Amino acid sequence: MLAMNYRGPLRVRIDQKPMPEILHPQDAIVRVTRSCICGSDLHLYNGSVPDTRVGMTFGHEFTGIVEEVGSEVTKVKVGDHVLVPFNIACGQCVFCKQELYGNCHESNPQATAVGGIFGYSHTAGGYNGGQAEYVRVPYANVGPTVIPEGMDPDDAVLLTDVVPTGYQAAEMGGIQPGDTVVVFGAGPVGIMAAKCSWLFGAGRVIIIDEVEYRLEFAKNYAQCEAYNFREFGDPAVFIKKQTDWLGADVCIDAVGAEATGNALQTITGRKLLIQAGSATALHWAINCVKKGGIVSIVGVYGPTDNLVPIGNVLNKGITIRANQASVKRLLPRLIEHVQNGILNPKGLITHRIPLEEVSDAYRMFSEKLDNCIKPVLIPPSARI
Amino acid sequence: METTPNKYAHIIGWGIDADPKNDPTYPMRNRAGEEEKGYTWTRPTQQPVNIEVHHSIERPNVTAVFGTAVPPSGLSGMIRRLAFKKSENDYGHWLPLILADRVNVVEGIIEDIKNGKFPNIPAEKGMKAEWQHNRGGLLRQLAVTAIIGYGIVAYFRAKKRREQEDYDY
Ligand SMILES: NC(=O)c1ccc[n+]([C@@H]2O[C@H](COP(=O)([O-])OP(=O)(O)OC[C@H]3O[C@@H](n4cnc5c(N)ncnc54)[C@H](O)[C@@H]3O)[C@@H](O)[C@H]2O)c1
Ligand SMILES: [Zn+2]
Ligand SMILES: [Zn+2]
Repeated sequence: MLAMNYRGPLRVRIDQKPMPEILHPQDAIVRVTRSCICGSDLHLYNGSVPDTRVGMTFGHEFTGIVEEVGSEVTKVKVGDHVLVPFNIACGQCVFCKQELYGNCHESNPQATAVGGIFGYSHTAGGYNGGQAEYVRVPYANVGPTVIPEGMDPDDAVLLTDVVPTGYQAAEMGGIQPGDTVVVFGAGPVGIMAAKCSWLFGAGRVIIIDEVEYRLEFAKNYAQCEAYNFREFGDPAVFIKKQTDWLGADVCIDAVGAEATGNALQTITGRKLLIQAGSATALHWAINCVKKGGIVSIVGVYGPTDNLVPIGNVLNKGITIRANQASVKRLLPRLIEHVQNGILNPKGLITHRIPLEEVSDAYRMFSEKLDNCIKPVLIPPSARI
Repeated sequence: METTPNKYAHIIGWGIDADPKNDPTYPMRNRAGEEEKGYTWTRPTQQPVNIEVHHSIERPNVTAVFGTAVPPSGLSGMIRRLAFKKSENDYGHWLPLILADRVNVVEGIIEDIKNGKFPNIPAEKGMKAEWQHNRGGLLRQLAVTAIIGYGIVAYFRAKKRREQEDYDY
């Protein structure tokens, strides 16, 4: 089968690889119909996630047809078209029982701090991902969800990560009616977080990035204010001025380790890798939020340490809330929102690219070429 | 749950201000009332361990399922093996893993060549996309690289000539 193959930082290509096999009685094999590239993949692509091994296939946002199931699989059957949450979760451990499906304790032997994730290095379990024609899906009784009748696969594929992550970013913000929410990062996740902030009753939503076309897109898609941090000088001063000198009620970090905007952070976090990514957006979020406010983090950082003004977190009495999105927990509500036209996920997709052109697709998304917001890869065997 | 207050009966005031609604993690986390039972859940069937799979020393076992993408091999595999002797709490775990990743890139190139396939690195880096959508930027970058390269060569040529001239005196 055809599969994306990681060869080293900034180097990926399409190759023939062996078909995946059932390795556990709760496994399913899925023939991929849609597979996205995500901002999270860029951390792998840039070589900043430890234990990313050459030869691995990435991809944690995918839909597909069930082709084969193990002996213990009862919830899906051959022929079902499913969307597969990016978290691999057992449904039985103490964390899954609390619906913390992103924190399962039975899906990643290599690290206790992070649950299993498809195609996300050996630090997240060593699973090959869905940027391929076929993929092994463990715990098929838990994650995979049959795509509801009539739902566009392009909407479904974004329900595997972007929509729940954006929604949970807003949810963790504990937004109260009338609150001012500042979202850092106008990538797919930040745009969705801005959109979802309204659903919790935000009074004002501001999104911040440096990429003009993304800001323009966000302004229309999420009906929010959008500002370019290259233009307004110091972000903390700018946000204070915007908020009667008090700061935002809620700040959302939807950037993570690849942040730009501060040379010291960029050099130590992205070039020298002496911190776990550049924490510029998180730094700004902490310094832009009001006293007693909430910082919600969905931007991903590596497993070591980051330079953040933790003293200000203390002095301002800030609450920090963060997690990998718990996709399965949120799916029922989000499917409803999509069916009722409250959310329009596929509106984020700007590029539909054959899986065979995966090298160019990564470059395009990473370098923000051709006004790319969200690229989706389509394998030749997708047939829909 | 009934037994818990008895367990703390010797502590005056135990639990009098408990407010289960004051849970900053809600609604991310829906407490099931079993959190205090520890590692006692019925585990899923164990996936057979018939490849080398590392597990964090912060847990006693391999999880019920695990990925088999790229079992450790070669020099990078040796470094990874050493890294897994340290906990996730230790730089001695993560820094060797990053080193192993870099060694692994060289191993990947050697493996490609052994398989009779010289990697087309510009293609892997998606230069076609760059050429299609950012031709100006790409050409500028190539020009800058060329100028810097020419500058370095010219500098060393000149230096060598000067040294020779010094020698001639
Ligand atoms: N927690 C989760 O479950 C989860 C799930 C999916 C993605 N993520 C993470 O969310 C983040 C965003 O994902 P994405 O797909 O939107 O990525 P993306 O790379 O497309 O978007 C990130 C955006 O942030 C902008 N940016 C960079 N530095 C900034 C700064 N200092 N201030 C404001 N904006 C800045 C970039 O220009 C870019 O537009 C990534 O870190 C990703 O790993 C987390
Ligand atoms: Zn993702
Ligand atoms: Zn679990």
